[in-house]
Amino acid sequence: MNYAQLSLIEQLILTLSAMVLLTSFLLLAQTRIISLINIFAAQGFLLFLGTCLIAQSSGMYHLYISAGITLALKVFFIPWQLRRLVKRLDIRRDVENVGGPSMIMIAGGALVLFSYYVALPIRELSTLATRNTIAISLAVILLGMLMMITRRKAVAQVVGFMSMENGLFFAAVVSTYGMPMVVELGVAFDVLVAAILFGIFFFQIRAGIGSLDVDHLNRLHEVDR
Amino acid sequence: MALNLVYLAIITALGSALLPILFYRSISASKFVAFNLLGISGLSGILGGGMALLRHIDISQELPIGLPWLPCHLHLDPLSGFFLVLVSLVSLIAAIYGPAYVEEYQQGPQPLLPLTLFTGLFVAGMQMVMLASDAFSFMIAWELMSVSSYFLVAYQHQNETNRSAAFIYLLMAQVGGLFILAAYGVLAGFSGAFDFTSMQLVELSPAWSSLAFTLALIGFGMKAGIVPLHVWLPQAHPVAPSHISALMSGVMLKVAIYGFIRFVYDLLGHVYWQWGVVVLIIGSLSAILGVLYALMQHDLKRLLAYHSVENIGIIYMGLGLSMIFYGSGYPQLAALGLIAALYHCLNHALFKSLLFLGAGAILQQSHEHDLEKMGGLIKKMPVTAVCFLVGCISISALPPFNGFVSEWLTFQTALQGTVLSNHILTAVISISAAVLALTGALAAACFVKVYGICFLGLPRSQKAAQATEAAYGLQLSQILLAILCLAFGVFPTWTVSQLDTIAQLLLPAGMPVATSHGWLWLTPVSMDVASYGAPLVFFAIGCAWLLIWLWLHPRRKNTTIRIAPTWDCGFGSLNARMQYTASSFTMPIRRIFRPVWSVSENYKKPDQENPGGKYQLTVDDWVWLKIYQPIGRLLLATARRAALIQGGNIRVYLVYSFFTLLFLLWVVSL
Amino acid sequence: MNGWILALAQTILFLFCAPLLTGWVKWVKCKLQSRRGAPPWQPYRDLLKLFRKEVVLSESASPIFRVAPYIVFSVTALAGAVVPMFAVGLPSAAIADVIVLVGFFALGRFFLALAGMDVGTAFGGMGSSREMTISSLAEPAMLMGIFTIAMTVHSTNLASMTRYLLEHPIQLYPSFVFAAMGMLLVAVAETGRIPIDNPATHLELTMVHEAMILEYTGRHLALMEWGAMLKLMIYSILLVNLFLPWGIADNFSTLPLLIGFGSIVIKLFLLGTALAVMETGIAKMRFFRAPQYLGLAFILCLLGMLSHVILEIN
Repeated sequence: MNYAQLSLIEQLILTLSAMVLLTSFLLLAQTRIISLINIFAAQGFLLFLGTCLIAQSSGMYHLYISAGITLALKVFFIPWQLRRLVKRLDIRRDVENVGGPSMIMIAGGALVLFSYYVALPIRELSTLATRNTIAISLAVILLGMLMMITRRKAVAQVVGFMSMENGLFFAAVVSTYGMPMVVELGVAFDVLVAAILFGIFFFQIRAGIGSLDVDHLNRLHEVDR
Repeated sequence: MALNLVYLAIITALGSALLPILFYRSISASKFVAFNLLGISGLSGILGGGMALLRHIDISQELPIGLPWLPCHLHLDPLSGFFLVLVSLVSLIAAIYGPAYVEEYQQGPQPLLPLTLFTGLFVAGMQMVMLASDAFSFMIAWELMSVSSYFLVAYQHQNETNRSAAFIYLLMAQVGGLFILAAYGVLAGFSGAFDFTSMQLVELSPAWSSLAFTLALIGFGMKAGIVPLHVWLPQAHPVAPSHISALMSGVMLKVAIYGFIRFVYDLLGHVYWQWGVVVLIIGSLSAILGVLYALMQHDLKRLLAYHSVENIGIIYMGLGLSMIFYGSGYPQLAALGLIAALYHCLNHALFKSLLFLGAGAILQQSHEHDLEKMGGLIKKMPVTAVCFLVGCISISALPPFNGFVSEWLTFQTALQGTVLSNHILTAVISISAAVLALTGALAAACFVKVYGICFLGLPRSQKAAQATEAAYGLQLSQILLAILCLAFGVFPTWTVSQLDTIAQLLLPAGMPVATSHGWLWLTPVSMDVASYGAPLVFFAIGCAWLLIWLWLHPRRKNTTIRIAPTWDCGFGSLNARMQYTASSFTMPIRRIFRPVWSVSENYKKPDQENPGGKYQLTVDDWVWLKIYQPIGRLLLATARRAALIQGGNIRVYLVYSFFTLLFLLWVVSL
Repeated sequence: MNGWILALAQTILFLFCAPLLTGWVKWVKCKLQSRRGAPPWQPYRDLLKLFRKEVVLSESASPIFRVAPYIVFSVTALAGAVVPMFAVGLPSAAIADVIVLVGFFALGRFFLALAGMDVGTAFGGMGSSREMTISSLAEPAMLMGIFTIAMTVHSTNLASMTRYLLEHPIQLYPSFVFAAMGMLLVAVAETGRIPIDNPATHLELTMVHEAMILEYTGRHLALMEWGAMLKLMIYSILLVNLFLPWGIADNFSTLPLLIGFGSIVIKLFLLGTALAVMETGIAKMRFFRAPQYLGLAFILCLLGMLSHVILEIN
C-alpha cells in the first residue's frame, strides 16, 4: 500500500509517532532537569494526540479514555509532581554532564534500526493501519532504557523509566488498539504510585549518602573491599 | 598492436632500470638514458592501454617463460588497459619531473644509480601486474613491484626513521602478498590450474567463495591501505623521493584496487551482497578516519599520505555499493557504482600525484617538511602555487574539477539504495553517504589549511622566505597534471562512456543511459533523476566572472588600488608568528573529534629557556598504538621464548640431533 | 528559447532582489528592538557606496585575495540560476542538481576561507578555521536532509523535488517534516545568522564570516557582501520552494508566472520576518556549542531518513 494512498489522519498519526521518537532522542541528550520534565510532558501530549486520532480513525472509542488517562497522568500530574520534587530537593539549577553524548546518539540511532529489524516479522502479521509504528514504539522503549543506563542523576532515571512506560503504552495502542481496560488502569495506577514513592525515596537517599548520584549508591554493599 | 605497445612499455621500463648501469661513470648520461626510457615506457603504455580501452580489445598470449608446466599467460582487456593508462601516465609525468628533482640527490651521500634502477623495475613490475593472467606471473610481478618500491623507500637509508619506515613497509607488503597467494591458492585448489581462465570457470560454494574473498580483501587491502591495515602508508610515503611518492600513492594503490576488482568481479564471478556491506563499511571507516588523521598532521607529505587512505576508502565505498547492487540483482546500478569507483581511481591518480609533485618542489626549494615553517610561497613559486591550488580544489571534490564528478557519481549510486528490498540496507547506505559528505567537507577544511599555511600569508621561517621557483621540468609536469584534472572534470560524459566498457565487461549490464543525452549532460539513471552539465557549469562560471570583470573594469580609473601595510589595529609590528599555525587551524576539529586520536598536549609556563612558554602537541594513531605495537611486542616476546632453544651449548645441540635420529629410526621401523 | 530567456530573467531578478531581503530582515529586527532603523533598501545604498570607493590592498596580499571575490560572487550567482524561484522546469535547472548546488557553495566557501588566510593576520585565520569547522559539521546534516527528500521523490533534480509536493498537495510526510526542521537549522548555520554567527557584530573574537572579509575594501568588499546576501536568498528560496511550493508556476504562460512571482515574494517576506524574530529572541551561542546545534540538525535529518524507511515504505 502506497504512502500516498493513506488518508490525512493516518499520515498525521505517523507524523506524530515520529515526533514521539524525536522527543525520546531529545531526552537522551538533555542536561537540564526542568527541560527534561518539560520534554517528557511534551512526549505525553503527543501520545495523547496520537491516541485520540487513532481512536477517531479506527472507531475504537475506548481509546479516548486511555488518552484521557494519559493526559491527566503523563502531561499534568506526574510532571507537576516531579517539578515539585525538584523544587523541594533544590536541584533546579543542577546540570548533569552526560558522558560521551555523540556515542549515546549513535547508539540511539543503532537502536532504532535494530528495533526496526526486530519488528519486521510483527509488521507482516499485523493488518492495522498503524503497523509501521510498532518499530517506533519498540525504539521508544529501548531508548528509555538507554537513558536509564547513561544517566547518573536519580531524577533523570525516573524520567527514563516513565518514558519506557510511555513506549509500552504506545506499543499497546498501535499493535492491538489498546490493552484491556483493567490492565490499563492497573498500569496507570502503578506508575502513579511509583512517582509518589520516588519522591519519598529521593529524600531518604539524599539524607543517607549526601547526593542523588546513583553511582554513589554502590557504597551500600555488604562486603568490605 | 596494443599488446605490442604494452610489451614495448615493459621492455623500455626494464631498459630504463638496467641500461644506465652501463653509463655509471657519467651521471648526466645515466640520468638522460634512464628518464628518457621511462618517458617512452610511459608513452607507449598510455597508447597501448588506451587502445585496449577505447577499442574494446581483448587479447591473450602465452609466453614460454616461467615454470616448465606453467607458461606465462598474458591478457590485455579494457580493465587492464585502463589501469595501464593510469600507471603509464603517472610514470610519464614522473619521467618529466625526475631529472631536475634528482639533482639534489646527486650531491647527497647515496649514489643515483639505485634510484633509477629500482624506479624502472617498479614501473615494469606494475605494468606486468596488469598483463598477468595466471597466478604465478601475477605474484612474480607483484613481488617485483613491492620489493623494488622497498628499495626506493629505503633510498635515503642514513636516517633511522627512514629505515624503520621501509622495514614496516616491506613487512606489511610481504604479509599482504601471502594473503593474496592464499586467496589464489583457494581458487587454484578448486580449479586445478593456475591460469585465470580456468579460475573463472570454476564454481565455488558460498563458504569457500567467502573465504577467498576475505583473503583477497585483506591481502589487496594491505597494499591499498584500508583501515586498519594502513599503518605503513603514512610512514613509507613521506620518506621516499617525491616522484616515487607520487608513483606509490597515485598508482601503486590503484594496482591493488585492480587486483581486487580482477579477483572479485572476474575470477570469483558470483558476488554476494553481504560482501558489499563489509566493503562499504570498511570504505566508510577508512575515509573518515583517514581524513581525520590527515587533519592533525603538519608534515606535508605525511598529510598527503593519510589523504590517500581517505580516497582509497571512497573507492572502496563505490565498490561496496556496486557489490551490494550486484548481489541484490541490479546489475545496472552495480555498473554505476563500479564506474564511480574507477573514475575516482583515475581522479586520485591525477590529483594525488599533482599534490606530491608540488610537495616535492616545495621541499626542494625551501628544504622544509614542516607546514609550520612555510608560508607566503605563492609569491616565490607562482606556477607551483597555481598547480597546487588546482590539486587542492580537485581533492576537496569541488566543481568544476575532476574530484567532484566521482564523488557525485558515488552519491548518486548511494541514492539508488531505495530500490533495495532490504530497508535496513537502505538506511545503512544513507548513513554511509552522510559519512562521505562529512569526509568531503573535512578534506576541504584540511586543504584550506594546507594551502593557506603553505602558500599564503607571511613566511614563517628564513628558508621559506628564500625559496625560488622550481625548475622547468617540475613546472611542466605539474601543469600537465593540472590541465588533466580540469579536463576530466569538464568532460565527464566521454570518460564515463569509456569506463562503461569495463562495466559491461565485468558485469552483465552497463550504464549506457548515463551518456545518452550527448556529451553535455551526465545523467546516471535518467534525466529526471539527476543531471550534471559539467561543460556548462565551467562555461557559466567563466562567463559570470568575465561579465563582472567587464562591468567593474572601466571603473578602475576612478577607483584605483592602493597598496598599504596590513592593518594592525594601531598596535604596530605585525610579524609572521602572529598568524595562524597548522595546529591552531585544526584546534576546533581536534576538540570536537577528540576521541579519534591519542592526543597529548603539554604547556610549560614561561621560564629561562622559553621566554614565551612552550606548547607541545602530540597526535598519534590509535591503530598503531593498540593493534600493531601489542602484536609487535607479542611477537618479540614469543621469539625470545623460542630463542631459548638456541642455548649455545654444543652438547645440547648434539642431544637435539641424537633424539631426532632416534625418532626417525623409530618412524622408519613402523 | 523561451525557457532560457526566463532563466536569464530569473537570475537578474534574483541578483537585484537579494539585498532587499537582507534589508527587510534588518529592518524588522530594528523595529523589534524599538529602533527606527534604516529603510529596507539601505543595502543597495551600501553596495553603491562601496563600488565607488577606493580599494586598499595589503602588502602581503596575493592574487588569490583579488580573485576570491569574483569567484565567490560568480559561483553564488550561478547557484541562483539553478534554484527554481518562481517557475519550475527552466532548462537551467538541469545543469545542476541539489548535490552540485552544495558543491557550488563549497567552492565559494573554499575561496572565501583562503582569502581569510591570505593576508597573514590572526583574525582572518580564526575566521577561516571556524567557518571550515562549522561547514564540515553542517554538510552531513544537509546531505542527509537532501537524501531523505530524494528518497521519496526518487530524484535529486531541484525541479522534480519541487514538483513532487505540488502534485501531492494534501500529504503529510513525517520525513519531510523532519528534513524541513533539520535543513532550517543547517540553513541558519550556513548563512551565518544567529545563533551560529552574528552578521552585525563588531567584536572580532565573535566573528566567523566577517573575520574572513575583514581586510576587504571597495568593490571587492561589495562583491563579498553581495555574495553573502545572495547566499541568504538562495537558502531561503530553497527552503520555501522545497517544503511549501504552492503557487510556483508550472508552465511559462503569463498568469502562472505572475502568481509564482507574487507567491515567492510573500513567502520570502514571511520567512524574513520569522528569521528576524528568531534572531532577536535567541542569543548567539559560543562557538563550541555549535557542534551540538549541528548534531541536533543531523539527528533531525537522520530521524527523517529513518521515519521514511520505517514508516513510509511498504
